[in-house]
Amino acid sequence: MVVETLTNDEIDRIFHALADATRRDIVQRVIHEEQSVSTLARAYDVSFAAVQKHVAVLERAHLITKQRHGREQIVHSDMGTLGRAERLLRQYQDLWAGRASRMDALLAEDDETTTQNDPPSKGPTP
Amino acid sequence: MTTIDSTIDTDELTLTFVAEFDASPTRVWELWVDPRQLERWWGPPTWPATFVDHDPVPGGRSNYYMTGPEGERSGGWWQFTSVTPKDGLTFDDGFSGPDGVPNESMPTTHSSVALEPLNGDPTKTRMTTVTRFESLDQLEKLLEMGMREGMALAMGQIEAILLD
Repeated sequence: MVVETLTNDEIDRIFHALADATRRDIVQRVIHEEQSVSTLARAYDVSFAAVQKHVAVLERAHLITKQRHGREQIVHSDMGTLGRAERLLRQYQDLWAGRASRMDALLAEDDETTTQNDPPSKGPTP
Repeated sequence: MTTIDSTIDTDELTLTFVAEFDASPTRVWELWVDPRQLERWWGPPTWPATFVDHDPVPGGRSNYYMTGPEGERSGGWWQFTSVTPKDGLTFDDGFSGPDGVPNESMPTTHSSVALEPLNGDPTKTRMTTVTRFESLDQLEKLLEMGMREGMALAMGQIEAILLD
């Protein structure tokens, strides 16, 4: 199973989606229990269309999913994509990416040493 | 450096990480076996690692600690299960107490590292590391122990806030 890390665009979409109090509240509500768009519209005393807009922003950030159920649109949490095992393994993957880039930086110092004709005994700079 | 592949297996709790380096396997091997070089890349700059002992021979052990921004220390140990110079090694990685004494009751991480010339070019290296965890609690603790970096952490925090 190959899981790609989040791209900058995806991160931007997540932060943008969560930068709004109503949208954060929608995510919190649907984590506990799925909600229809019309229930959410009543909860915030805003128009159906306004809630639909919020839901669309959250959907693009992969924080929620929407399913049509008869005449209703039901909003579910999509936090399963950030399930614990996957989230922790992804963090560990980032850790390795950091290590590999530090290894690469150390190896690049070898080249600099060669180019500048520094004595190899000079050792690494702190 | 190119990360050519990174695979996570949520059922087996395994991460396979492949990177390519513009240096020979002999040179990359030094980064693993020389403790002073190992210290410069194992921990992130905010949590540098210090290897008190490092004995990369079969059955050999290493003791290390990582120092956090507030001066706090998290300790760990390695035990090498196989070592083949320039080609690779396998080791178990566990936690130690603040006194540096291995905590044998905690689960260990099993890691393997393989180095090979990239497409037959002896001046370049493909490094494949496979890390297997025994439990998610263990992985979580490892990440808490100063190893966390990057955006994935922020994602975890967002999730924690939302689930609050």
